[in-house]
Parts: sequence; C-alpha cells; structure tokens
Amino acid sequence: MTEIQAGPGAAVAAAPVPGDVPAIELDNVVKEYVSHGEVVRAVKGVSLAIAEGEFFSLLGPSGCGKTTSMRMIAGFEDPTRGIVRLHGEDVTNVPPNKRDVNMVFQSYALFPHMNVWENVAFGLKRKKVPAAEIKRRVGEILEVVDLVGREKRRPKEMSGGQQQRVALARALVNRPRALLLDEPLGALDLKLRQAMQIELKRIQREVGITFVYVTHDQSEALTMSDRIAVMNDGLVEQLADPREIYERPATKFVAGFIGTSNLLSGTVQRVSGDTAVLALGHGDRILVPVDGAPSAGQTIDLTVRPEKIRIAKEQPDGDLSIVRGTVAEVVYLGTYNSYVVVLGDGAEITVFEQNAHDSTITAERGDTVWLSWQPRHSYALR
Amino acid sequence: MSRLRASLTPYLLLFPGGLWLAIFFVIPTVVMLSLSLQSGDVVNGYVFTFNWHSYVDGITTYHDQIVRSVVYGTISTVIQIVIGFPVAYWIAFKGGNRKSIYLFLLLLPFLVSFVLRTISWQFFLSDNGMLLGPLKSLGLVPEDFHILATSAAVIGGLAYNFLPFMILPIYVALERIDPRVLEAAQDLYASKTQIFLRIVLPLSLPGVFAGVLMTFVPATSDYVNASVLGGTGNTMIGNVIQNQFLINQDYPTASALSFTLMALLLVGIFVYAKALGTEDVLEVAAR
Repeated sequence: MTEIQAGPGAAVAAAPVPGDVPAIELDNVVKEYVSHGEVVRAVKGVSLAIAEGEFFSLLGPSGCGKTTSMRMIAGFEDPTRGIVRLHGEDVTNVPPNKRDVNMVFQSYALFPHMNVWENVAFGLKRKKVPAAEIKRRVGEILEVVDLVGREKRRPKEMSGGQQQRVALARALVNRPRALLLDEPLGALDLKLRQAMQIELKRIQREVGITFVYVTHDQSEALTMSDRIAVMNDGLVEQLADPREIYERPATKFVAGFIGTSNLLSGTVQRVSGDTAVLALGHGDRILVPVDGAPSAGQTIDLTVRPEKIRIAKEQPDGDLSIVRGTVAEVVYLGTYNSYVVVLGDGAEITVFEQNAHDSTITAERGDTVWLSWQPRHSYALR
Repeated sequence: MSRLRASLTPYLLLFPGGLWLAIFFVIPTVVMLSLSLQSGDVVNGYVFTFNWHSYVDGITTYHDQIVRSVVYGTISTVIQIVIGFPVAYWIAFKGGNRKSIYLFLLLLPFLVSFVLRTISWQFFLSDNGMLLGPLKSLGLVPEDFHILATSAAVIGGLAYNFLPFMILPIYVALERIDPRVLEAAQDLYASKTQIFLRIVLPLSLPGVFAGVLMTFVPATSDYVNASVLGGTGNTMIGNVIQNQFLINQDYPTASALSFTLMALLLVGIFVYAKALGTEDVLEVAAR
C-alpha cells in the first residue's frame, strides 16, 4: 500500500501529553439556537483535547450534541460561546473552506454529477494543486481505498460501500491535518460495516492523521477508538479509552449506554479500608470499592457487568459480593447463556454465563440461585 | 386469473389517457396532415391531391413571421431564465419554511385567465396608461413614445405569461439538491462562487432544460400576445395560422404552416437536447 502522509506516522496515539499542542481543542464550547421561539441548547459546554494521530470518537444517542460538536470543529456551526482551536490556532471564526480539516458526511454527500475521479480531485483543484500532482495523488488515494479502475463511475452506479470509500478518498486526498467522520458507516449493512471498521482503522494507521469519529453505535466506537467521549444531553459524560469506558463507566448514563449493565443501589452498612459493604437485606451484600469514606446509611449507585457475575445453586463463600434471587428468564445465545435474576427487593440482574465447558445450563426458570462477583467488579457511579 | 389481471393492469391504466390522446391528438393530427395536402378554394371546396404547394407557398409567404416567432420565443425564454433562476434559487435556498407561501404568491396571478392577464398588460402599457401617462405628464418620456405595438411589448408579454413554467422546474431541481453536498463542497475549499458554478448550476440544469421546453414551445407558437400587445409589424406565425383558419378559411395553408411550426419545434428540441447532452441531464434529473 502507498504511504500517503509524511510526518507523524506513528499509529500509537493516546491522550494529549501535557506540553504538546493538541490537534483539535474545544474550549468550553456552547451551541444554542432558536427553534420555534425557544432557545435549544444543543451543546452545553464541552471541552475536549484531541491528540495528533488519535482515533477519537464522540459517542452518544441522537440529539446528544455529538454531531453539532463535530460540525463546530469543521466550521459548519458557529459556537455560541467558547473557542475551537486547530493545532493551537483559534479558528472559531474561520469558515469551513479555510480550515485544514475535511469531513466525511453521513450520507456521503458525493457530487452526483461528477465521476469518482472528479469527486476525489475536487478539493485539490480548488486548492490549485498542479494537474500532474493531482493526477498522482488521486491515483494514490484510490489505491488506498481500493477503487482503482472505477474512476469513471458515477456515485449512483456504485454500492454503498464503494460510495463510502469515495467519500473517504475525497477527504483524505487533501491530506487534512484531521479527518472528521459523521456516522460514516450508518447506511451500510452489518457485514460491510464490520469490514469497513477494520478498513478505516487500517487507513488511519497508514495515513497517520487524526480521526474524529461521530457514532451512536457503541461497538463501533469500542472497536476503533483510541479514546471515546461519551456524550449525553449536550455534555461529555465520560472521556476515556474504550476499556475504561466499558469496565469503569463513570455515570449511570454511560453504564446504561455502553453494553449491558446491571444498575444496583444499596445503603452503606460499614466501610472497611477502601471497600464499602452495602446491605440489601435477606443476607445479601455487595462489596464496592469507594474513594473517600462514605458514611454509613448513605446510598450508593453501582454497576456490574453481566459477564463478571457467577451464577450458582449453592451459596458461595469468600470476600465476594453475594446476592440471592430467583431465575425469571433463561435465554440460550450460542456462545453464552443469559439469565435474568430477580432479587428480593425486585431489582433485576442480568448474568451472562460462557458456554465454555458443556452446554448444560446452571439453573432453570424459577430456581433460587446465588450470584457472586469480585468486589473490584462493582463500580460506584457518580 | 389474477396473473392475467396483473399483466393487464398496466394497459388498463394506460387506456383512458391513450384513448384521450387517440381521439384528441392523433385523429386531428391525421386530419390536419391530410388537409395540408389538399387543394382547392373556399367556394368550390378542397380535395386531397398530395399538393405540396401549401407548404412551399406558406413558408415563402410567411417566412418573416416564422423567423420572428422563433426569435421572440428565444428572447422571451432567455429573459425568463434570467428573471426566473434567481427567484427559484431564492425560494429554494432562502425561503425557509415559507417556501409554499412564496410559490403560491408566484402562481396567484395565474389563477386569472391567460387572455385577461394579457389584456390587463395592454391597459397598463397603453400610450397614456398607468405606466406611460405619469411619465409623459412629468416629461420624462416624449409625447409620441409608445410601448404597445413594439416587439418589446410582445416579448415582454410572452416572458411574463410563461414565467411560472420556467421558475417551477428550476425550483424543483434546486430544491432537490442535498444541502450536505453544498457543505461538502465548502469543506473541500470551494468558495461561494465556486459552489454555485460547480455544484448548484450543473445540478439545476435538468430544471432549466425542462423550463425551456415548457416555455419556448408555447411562446413560439403563441398568438395572443402578438395580437393584444403587438402591432402589424409584430405578427407571429400563430396569428397567421389563426387568420388562415378562421378568417380566410384557407385550411391547406393553415395546416401546412401548423405542421411546419411543429417540425421546426421538434427539430429545435432535439438539437437543443443533443447540445446539452440530455442523456446526462435527464440522468441527473432521475436521481
């Protein structure tokens, strides 16, 4: 494959190192607009610093402000307040055609009256790049996205996946310092989407530029990103790497939005060291690591992932969270079994049990079971 | 049974329209074609003789009116593009949620009959009318200045009367442009002018093409504007055909001239389509 970009080709990217200038920075950005006489606050104060070469995702449900945030980076929306910086330079009032970032649109937004070659060459022509160089660079990028030989096709003569790659090439050929992708895989079917996820990651490694990726699909964000900002209601709920987001969700919202989660709450009975013991009645207890020292009687919300929980018909012992309940639902899902267990107080817990050894199930509907998990797998929520 | 019905359905759907066209278009056309080849006179009647002279005589005699019709039609169409495109553009891109109100306002005058509208133009433009009267009393234009009975009046009337048929197709084409496509162009460093020239204009061409078809053809064959707003020096081929049919009752000449006009317009449309690369244009339109 062709090497596209000189410069920082290192694929490893992480949070911005203090002292380094971030590729993209949103500094307490607010976006309000008036709709039907009412002020709508789409983005309520977002601050982000995205490092050079990073694959950064903005993840959240529709209407959470992720697309608006991206459009402010691209320049299609002016922030009501706050500053947008690209490589340290304040670009808040710079129009999109003067910003050194390019965008891949949700519906691709290819020029319908131009063929693939003309679409891809559009940006270079506007920048008055010499014809010979345009020819070379368009050829190179079409090789990267595997569209050589399709130069004369019109967008509507191509499949969704091909159009997607044209859109990608059209943006990348300009060698922007950052590429913004607005739900670029949303229109593709599952198989193609998974293939394109790997493809996008490969291309990003190859060209080594910053990718900002907007999606509502948590698995997509977890698969590709170096870091993820989970957004909800115009604010960033959590900004961390995928593992951290999944394992240690910071808020109820993040825990609920990413994967399957069990949300529980309990009253602090006592604190020993950095572990609080929550009592749920009926001899059930949950151990949860805590910062600081919550006082007895305080209520704590916590989350635990279904695959961390062990299900058994006998009461286990040890320093574990242990709760007892009744199996309400058993679903066989091939690689694992899924149980829904109802606790004494009516709370429901979902448990995944790997089909590692044999395919017998531990418990049937209506059985009384004990659920247990390590203290560190309980995660107290803000 | 249901398969038979399914295969018959398209034809059944076609039937009313087909019947309509057969009775009111095909039969009159055949009758006219045969009329154009007859010879004789009003008093003794006409007989079918394969007489080509009506064509030759008609074209030589009314050469000026034919040329004038095409020229008036062309100029009025160009004027309509120049006036109509910005209007369509403004409604499509700046109309916000009042687009349908603007379109309604545009069509409002056209709820009044075509002839009445043209006659009100006649009042408006008359030598001492609403426009010229005040100008003359202020001494801004000479006393003998007139607009009626000039080619400007006829072309103006044609441009006015068919304008919505230019604006609407252009509006539809512009309205269909995905705003994200324009954003993509801006994202790819295009200035406002470049976005217009490279994206908006090419994508609006199917609309312009349709608009030209819908205005040039009726404008070229129109006779109302020339007879109401024009003078003796502004008669168009439509007026000649009307006179030959209704006043002179010279049916062969009238029919021959009608066919000549029809052939001329058809050739014009095909040349125009070819020049614009219609295949491409229609392809974009069908998107």
